[in-house]
Amino acid sequence: MNEKRFRLKGEQVSRFVYADNAATTPVSSAVIDAMMPCFTQDFGNPSSLHQAGRRAKDVLDSARASIASSLGCEPSEIYFTSCGTESDNWAIRGAASRMKKKGRTHIVTTKIEHHAVLHTCEALEREGYTVTYVGVDEYGRVDLNELRAAVSDKTALVSVMYANNEVGTIQPIREAAEIAHSVGAIMFTDAVQAVGAIEINLEELPVDMLSFSGHKLHAPKGIGALYIRRGLVIDNLIEGGGQEKRRRGGTENLPYIVGLAKALEIAVNKIKDLPRVEKMRDRLISELTKIPYSRLNGHPTERLPGNVNIGFEFIEGESMLLWLDISGICASTGSACSSASLDPSHVLLAMGVPHERAHGSLRLSISHDTTDEDIDYIIETLPPIIEKLRNMSPLWEEIVKKEAAKV
Amino acid sequence: MKYSEKVMDHFTNPRNVGEIENADGVGVVGNAKCGDIMKMYLKIDENDVIVDCKFKTFGCGAAIATSSMATELVKGHTIDEALKLTNSAVVEALDGLPPVKVHCSVLAEEAIKTAVADYYNKIGRPVDFEIEKAHDEE
Repeated sequence: MNEKRFRLKGEQVSRFVYADNAATTPVSSAVIDAMMPCFTQDFGNPSSLHQAGRRAKDVLDSARASIASSLGCEPSEIYFTSCGTESDNWAIRGAASRMKKKGRTHIVTTKIEHHAVLHTCEALEREGYTVTYVGVDEYGRVDLNELRAAVSDKTALVSVMYANNEVGTIQPIREAAEIAHSVGAIMFTDAVQAVGAIEINLEELPVDMLSFSGHKLHAPKGIGALYIRRGLVIDNLIEGGGQEKRRRGGTENLPYIVGLAKALEIAVNKIKDLPRVEKMRDRLISELTKIPYSRLNGHPTERLPGNVNIGFEFIEGESMLLWLDISGICASTGSACSSASLDPSHVLLAMGVPHERAHGSLRLSISHDTTDEDIDYIIETLPPIIEKLRNMSPLWEEIVKKEAAKV
Repeated sequence: MKYSEKVMDHFTNPRNVGEIENADGVGVVGNAKCGDIMKMYLKIDENDVIVDCKFKTFGCGAAIATSSMATELVKGHTIDEALKLTNSAVVEALDGLPPVKVHCSVLAEEAIKTAVADYYNKIGRPVDFEIEKAHDEE
């Protein structure tokens, strides 16, 4: 299915394998079908009094109810936003300014958060808040002892991502929430990579706020949501015409909200098929780590079902991506060369991965749409690419000479 | 970010990859920490002509393409001509580079000059030119 849908015009690719679902996902046809009536029949403004508005309001209410039931919370606890980044900004800024009035001006987060969280925290530091960035272990799991030591009665908010976007490590959120609550702080989790990818039940998860995004789970870009536990009040980020119970202004993006609800419903129904995705993931990991001087980044078991992240020494990630792209495989890297800075991934560095190895990291993020043939293709395509790049690497040359000297 | 066709051509079919045994000048620049290392080998004849030039590079697409292009631009030329090779000439020959990748071309210029300096040192000639560094010293 993927091959036909994604084949770009004029490109001579024998095969197309999309393995960058952590970056974004294609919108599924069921989601598009669900959205379409909102552009024509249910086009009304949910705030309008007339029948078109009432009809739109009904559609909005049922989408919200569907999302709440997918996540195990109340419909009134779901607030729609424009994206995951907005949800993160709102949760952190809203909680920080609210808690400041209670004399709490300290925020605790981790070194491996998404930039939507890290850059918001850095901005708050410039505005006078203090922020503690807690470290992680070699597998990318937050250090709970460090977290416990970081919080105090001055802590307004603890922000720990549910699962990391680069290495896929799933965090001990329940334990982190208990630590936050032990000092009366608000617990927020950026669950953009987790919602739709693994089972999440807010009924049993003691977090106060949770953010997620549509385009990571086969809904369109431009829609996100923030769960805010009933009774918790945070300051607004976007003022406007009283939408979302006066907490987030802006006319509701109804087609996208419906798309998000449909995509989440489908994702939750597919959770039972996750062992198949995990099996494909584990086959990629076991086959690709057979390549000499390679190592899995992230946790061996506590990781997202679709995430593979492997470091290959003596080569650089962007070169790997370009060759994979030529072969029709879309992937991602933590190399600096894919960004404007000379520093590689902050996540890998926080895990203690040396710069040299971080530059050679490759992330493959697969989904339910991935097939066994796709996995075969990646497994047969990657090793010759690595060999080709190593053969022109001066670092590899040194290794080869050293090994020859040993013999 | 998009690379020009020329960059992709030099990336996928890099010219002059390899080592030169008993090279007259070798220059290694960059570092693994920053994600790019270029190693340039020069074979220079008695008339100061670069008769052969080979490279090995650890780095991104732009680093590989600029290394390849730089070897093409100096091979068959005199040392004086090679020392006049600027990073912008390499960029131009590649039909441009994305702004964040321009430092790769500086690295290529640095690699050639470092290899020439190595040659000068070997034959006892004073190094009378400056080498611009692509990266700050560690």
